[in-house]
Amino acid sequence: MSDDQDDIILADLDDDELVQQMYDDLYDGMKEEIEEGVNILLERKWTPYDILTQSLVGGMTIVGNDFRDGILFVPEVLLAANAMKGGMNILKPLLIETGAPRMGKLVIGTVKGDIHDIGKNLVAMMMEGAGFEVVDLGINNPVENYIDTAKAEGADIIGMSALLTTTMPYMKIVIDTMVEHGIRDDYFVFVGGAPLNEEFGKAIGADAYCRDAAVAVETAKEFIARKHNQAQA
Amino acid sequence: MTNALSKMIETREWILTDGATGTNLFNMGLTSGDAPEMWNEEHPDRIRALYKLAVDAGSDLFLTNSFGGNASRLKLHNAEKRARELSRIAAELGRDVADAAGRPVVVAGSVGPTGDIFAPMGPMTHELAVEIFHEQAEGLKEGGADVLWLETISAPEEYKAAAEAFRLADMPWCGTMSFDTAGRTMMGVTSAQMVEMVEALPNPPLAFGANCGVGAADLLRTVLGFTAAGVERPVIAKGNAGIPKYVDGHIHYDGTPELMAEYACLARDAGAKIIGGCCGTMAEHLAAMHEALSTRPKRGRPTLETIAEGMGGFSSANDGTGEGEDPESMRTRGRRRRK
Repeated sequence: MSDDQDDIILADLDDDELVQQMYDDLYDGMKEEIEEGVNILLERKWTPYDILTQSLVGGMTIVGNDFRDGILFVPEVLLAANAMKGGMNILKPLLIETGAPRMGKLVIGTVKGDIHDIGKNLVAMMMEGAGFEVVDLGINNPVENYIDTAKAEGADIIGMSALLTTTMPYMKIVIDTMVEHGIRDDYFVFVGGAPLNEEFGKAIGADAYCRDAAVAVETAKEFIARKHNQAQA
Repeated sequence: MTNALSKMIETREWILTDGATGTNLFNMGLTSGDAPEMWNEEHPDRIRALYKLAVDAGSDLFLTNSFGGNASRLKLHNAEKRARELSRIAAELGRDVADAAGRPVVVAGSVGPTGDIFAPMGPMTHELAVEIFHEQAEGLKEGGADVLWLETISAPEEYKAAAEAFRLADMPWCGTMSFDTAGRTMMGVTSAQMVEMVEALPNPPLAFGANCGVGAADLLRTVLGFTAAGVERPVIAKGNAGIPKYVDGHIHYDGTPELMAEYACLARDAGAKIIGGCCGTMAEHLAAMHEALSTRPKRGRPTLETIAEGMGGFSSANDGTGEGEDPESMRTRGRRRRK
């Protein structure tokens, strides 16, 4: 790599080059550069929604795929998500102002009895990075936290996380309670956590088991797209 | 400097550790969400019973009930000020059981992760981590632990901070990491990188290795990675008893005692000296492992195929050490350098 790479002037790049450079800057977790890139695109009259979907979400998709494939690991993903957040902070008010389409809303937390939150935090960050709105319930959540917040926030997805084999079964209690209240089908229920697997997700009646944060994002996109298609049909 | 474990390492071909702490405590009535360390004070009889399960099954070494006994974890139970005390009691109870065993049994003071991510991505700093680990180390030392035993670590920063804390406490130690993400730790450390890190420490551990992670197969692949790096230092293998399955409202690990017996022999064949279990490993598993290690002859170094045949497949094609095919990045351009 040549030394002149140090001196890239973002404002001198044309739109395509700039978006490509922003992909790289996200990958490298360069927050200030991402903020600068977002501001330049705004000056060039890009809509906030186009900036979000074409530059930021596009870049985070590459990060997510490389995380899924075991090329990037948690430290790099956290830095990328942090850079993404810098861009999002600029775009968020503008997205609301311009009435841009929403990607969807996720309510997420670790289940009752479980205080391990690194995985949950990663999913929240990657989902935000993909343009979703995220309501983070934190750790140790009883069933009513999930249900009440999902209702109050008009969420699309409820995400539950557990690191312990002893807390995993609580996920079924949440799902069973949703069924009792007749609201199970109002939300997609995603589950995740180190000791879980596909089979467990099916056994407790979740819509999806997400192996990692990247898979959670892909799955969320799929389900939301399906929901939109059904709404139109 | 000799100690109970270094003597054992010199004289023994293999050393059997204990198995699961959490899985056993939940069977004894611990409720999920409660801190197991509180039981050191509230139910010392049950903690002694836990230690005794391992000793009676043939374990030469067991870990104290202090995995989450650091201030950072205990804070979640509003007990951050009790880290030293609860750790001391965990070791004292261990001393009681080990001294009554009638044969040499090592009390290893368990030290788990802080649960926080290190700066700049997270709130944990080196100085703070050293302080937290040092406090717990002093408690375990006071309680009579023979060695300190760091486990389930993902971040190299955390491993190094603990090493420094154990030097301040002037205690011999062992340390394992958890390789649960495509053959690496969550933070991306490969088996070969761990060897490099361990050997560069100013106060290296008596033994190092892997615990927990995905299944027995992945753990054995990691052990092969350690020994391929040409290390002289004894290697620890503490794998889970298979994979957790959901059966009738309960979680059950699918690894049978027979499977764990074969796992123990494969771990020895792969070059591990200190062998035991982690989550889901109960007394009957330990007894089967002890029996197998005592009666079955040592074989040659296993291949990945042999491991997959005996233990089931791996969770990823590659573990980052050059065996198998490297995954290809989706990234199309080069890396931009920081100014």
